[in-house]
Amino acid sequence: MDFDTITAISTPVGEGAISIVRLSGEEAIAITNRLFQGKDLTKVDSHTLHYGKMMDPKTDTVLDEVIVSIMRAPKTFTCEDVVEINCHGGLVAVQRVLQLVLDEGVRLAEPGEFTKRAFLNGRIDLSQAEAVMDVIQSKTNEAMNVALGQLDGKLSQLINKLRQELIETIAHVEVNIDYPEYDDVEEMSHEMMEEKTSYVKDEIEKLLQVAKQGKILREGIKTAIVGRPNVGKSSLMNSLVQEEKAIVTDIPGTTRDVIEEYVNVRGIPLQLIDTAGIRETEDIVEKIGVERSHKILQEADLVLFMLNYNEALLEDDRKIFDMLQDMNYIVIVNKTDLEQRLNMEEIQQLAKGQVLTTSLVHDEGVDQLEKALSDIFFQGNIMVENNMVVSNARHIQLLNQAQKTLEDARDALQMHLPLDMVQIDVTRTWELLGEIVGDTASESLIDQLFSQFCLGK
Amino acid sequence: MTYYDAGHYDVIVVGAGHAGCEAAVAAAKMGSKTLLLTLNLDMIAFMPCNPSLGGPAKGIVIREIDALGGVMGKVIDKTHIQMRMLNTGKGPAVRALRAQADKPSYIVEMKRLIEEQENITLMQAMVDDLIIEDGVCKGVVTESKAAYYGDSVIITTGTFMRGKILIGDLEYESGPNNQRVTVKLAENLEKLGLDLIRFKTGTPPRVNSNTIDYDKTEIQPGDEKPQAFSYETTEYITDQIPCWLTHTSERTHQIINDNLTLSAMYSGMKRGTGPRYCPSIEDKIVRFHDKPRHQIFLEPEGRNTDEVYVQGLSTSLPEFIQHELLKTVPGLENAQMMRSGYAIEYDSVIPTQLWPTLETKQVDGLFTAGQINGTSGYEEAAGQGIIAGINAALKVQGKEPFILDRSQSYIGVLIDDLVTKGTREPYRLLTSRAEHRLLLRHDNADIRLTELGYELGLISEERYATFQEKLRLIEEEKIFLHGFIVKVSDDVQKALENVHSTPLKDAIRALELLKRPEVTFKTIEEIIGVRNIPEDVKEQVEIQVKYEGYIKKATEQVKRMLKMENKKIPENIDYDAIHSLAFEAREKLKQIRPMSIGQASRISGVNPADISILLVYIEQGNVKKTS
Repeated sequence: MDFDTITAISTPVGEGAISIVRLSGEEAIAITNRLFQGKDLTKVDSHTLHYGKMMDPKTDTVLDEVIVSIMRAPKTFTCEDVVEINCHGGLVAVQRVLQLVLDEGVRLAEPGEFTKRAFLNGRIDLSQAEAVMDVIQSKTNEAMNVALGQLDGKLSQLINKLRQELIETIAHVEVNIDYPEYDDVEEMSHEMMEEKTSYVKDEIEKLLQVAKQGKILREGIKTAIVGRPNVGKSSLMNSLVQEEKAIVTDIPGTTRDVIEEYVNVRGIPLQLIDTAGIRETEDIVEKIGVERSHKILQEADLVLFMLNYNEALLEDDRKIFDMLQDMNYIVIVNKTDLEQRLNMEEIQQLAKGQVLTTSLVHDEGVDQLEKALSDIFFQGNIMVENNMVVSNARHIQLLNQAQKTLEDARDALQMHLPLDMVQIDVTRTWELLGEIVGDTASESLIDQLFSQFCLGK
Repeated sequence: MTYYDAGHYDVIVVGAGHAGCEAAVAAAKMGSKTLLLTLNLDMIAFMPCNPSLGGPAKGIVIREIDALGGVMGKVIDKTHIQMRMLNTGKGPAVRALRAQADKPSYIVEMKRLIEEQENITLMQAMVDDLIIEDGVCKGVVTESKAAYYGDSVIITTGTFMRGKILIGDLEYESGPNNQRVTVKLAENLEKLGLDLIRFKTGTPPRVNSNTIDYDKTEIQPGDEKPQAFSYETTEYITDQIPCWLTHTSERTHQIINDNLTLSAMYSGMKRGTGPRYCPSIEDKIVRFHDKPRHQIFLEPEGRNTDEVYVQGLSTSLPEFIQHELLKTVPGLENAQMMRSGYAIEYDSVIPTQLWPTLETKQVDGLFTAGQINGTSGYEEAAGQGIIAGINAALKVQGKEPFILDRSQSYIGVLIDDLVTKGTREPYRLLTSRAEHRLLLRHDNADIRLTELGYELGLISEERYATFQEKLRLIEEEKIFLHGFIVKVSDDVQKALENVHSTPLKDAIRALELLKRPEVTFKTIEEIIGVRNIPEDVKEQVEIQVKYEGYIKKATEQVKRMLKMENKKIPENIDYDAIHSLAFEAREKLKQIRPMSIGQASRISGVNPADISILLVYIEQGNVKKTS
């Protein structure tokens, strides 16, 4: 069978000590070899393991240390050449490696596609056929649910808005073509087309800037933990990194040991900012509470604002609430094991974001917090530097393609090619964006045509 | 009831409109003994609506029909009153030729052509029923008790099936233009289990040219350059007649709004669905009420008649209101109406009941083509007619069917849309329906289809030789231009400056220079000297060279599509046996019975997971056979 080369992350997201990127197809070994530093993988024996480094050829930097297994056709799961790249666990490394492989032109596998190939290539026997088809159907449903979940928010709104812009432009060009004598629609000009497409291009560019640099995956969500001294910031950090690296006492400012800044929470990369600040010995309570918070909040994409269940709300806390307006934040009320002195109703009113309660000394509430972090990330609702974060590799790939087709359109416009030629690329962009939101029906163009214009001849 | 035996034919075509004529000629040319039956021999290939052929997408269909040896292009080339190339300011893919027809001459010319065509028997008759034996169509019977036996039957009855004309509250059974209506055949098709759908369309009033004040209108002349649809046409009509442009006024809109309830289409009488792209003036004013005016084109119906078609004023308002409406249009204040406009309702066959060959899935040997399949437009009808005719003949000869795919032709797009997606309104071709528009150009219809037409026996040896010569010249010219180095000189820079192109820095291949958007073949000739080759070769070279990048991209897309298109679905597949298919997908697949995975993937409600499952299932069948 002649199939293209496909890839996917084949281990559960963000869990486990290693994550595996699997490739299958004719090009699997050659492409991996282009990205691999260590030895020439095209020359090694089948069914062997190799240690080396995954390199980004554009920047010539090391992405991850990996173990690569090479399995040549036909004795593999899919009966094709298969490569498995074993990366470090968590989301960061494996996503970066996947992105790298996609950049090399490998196609992201559809749900169940490895299994499907195994079947089509005769690897699985007939009795399993029905089971395979069930897998495809259920995996697709699952993937669709995940995708829909992710899209139930700002991203899909934005994509739909961009698509609407594009289809109005396309319909305009189409009307000029199909009804050339129709006089009360202005003939679309190159300038009008340029204006429309460059708007969409800018918007996609913004989305990609964050995603393309793999910024969130590389650097994590810049997360600030703020709150008055001794509220439990170090304890929270410890909970998140799940290691007792910091010394925690009841005395303010006793955080002394070095704490890793990068943590993975259920596979979600967080970059905890100003950990040193948290560790600083500070005697002047006001300064810690407000001034420093102000500074670090400017950097943060997400804020974990800690309050003490055992103490009434202070003016400083209110000031921080003011500063948190328009930011992504979670309020964590810690020390629920102690006597309540905090007015929770007031907190609920002040907090526009989520309010969680924890008792970090008893390890209570950490699960809920981790879940909240994971939801924020996967629902695509987090804004980084005022930009939406696209975290799904398939979406990133589609946006990249959309950007490319818009560049083609721009080049064609600059060369002053006829608009119906330029429109080929614009239509392709519209379709690509449609794949993100799961809608590519071309009938909608015809509908747009007839609802937007009164057509007769 | 007794019928007399009226003879046996290979192919019987019922209806001699635009579909029927193409079907009959194609079948006859392929050697089939063909019978063409029509209600009225004086109305062969009649145009009941606007007197024009071609335009965007539709004009390209005429070229495609011609490349397959069809007749529409040849006849209109002999009988038009003017021709215009539309979209000349745009890219080559959307250029389209349109002709204003001389309606009466078109009928006469088509009839002569049919009469002269070997293998066709032409007969006036009203067909009432089909002869069916064991689910196979074996012929037709007429109201005059004739039984015609045939191996394939093609029904092309247009808008005649249970046709009903509506003018205000006037309503009567009729085909277009007060022709006899076909009732029994519709009933009998239903009895055979074919599902029908009610559609409607409409036509505007006609006025007497002598009573039009043309000073208040704008002239719309034809192109000066002689043009033709058919690749075989060598003689051109130079004496052209203009059309005229005017518009509705505030008063027109007022009258319509005041009398909407009198319109047949707005008074609740209507059951049929009308086309959005060819709306009545009532529709236009209701749906786009803030538009102050709409264009009206005044189109002569022929050279030897004073009747003028008032394009844009299609209406089913009562006749006395139509008189009032005409008075409100600049130039028509004193115009004398010759025929009133009307809406017409009719039965169509729901086209998803057809194979892509246009044979019905229900009845073996029975084909339907043209407006009966839910399309509108003469060209759409003719395009289906030729495909039905070819396939009817192939069936008789026991040969493989002939199906054009979406990347080959607009005809392929049209038929695939119809049989795969069906249609909820009378279907019109638009360039936007073709995803491979750049490949489906007016200029390359011959390159796309002549070879196929020749293989089918529809293209003469002589024409085929000419075509081969053209292909050879195109390739030679490209090689020549590639080899010709244009050196920097004052003359060259001057020629480039004339077309606002940037001056040369270094010598360049003429072929590369032609790739510049502003440089035409003519510019190249100014630089390297006149090339002694036909104009159509120059045009082809220019387009192929200039848009090479785009064409390549489109061709690659087609390659990917064809992979899916070439994966055939066995005809005997049992969709109920595939448990994992989603319910909606299963129902749709059972209904449409797509011939390929590609076609299946275009059915709405069949999603990618279902396609994967289908692929797996089909492969499973193959494994079964081999193991």
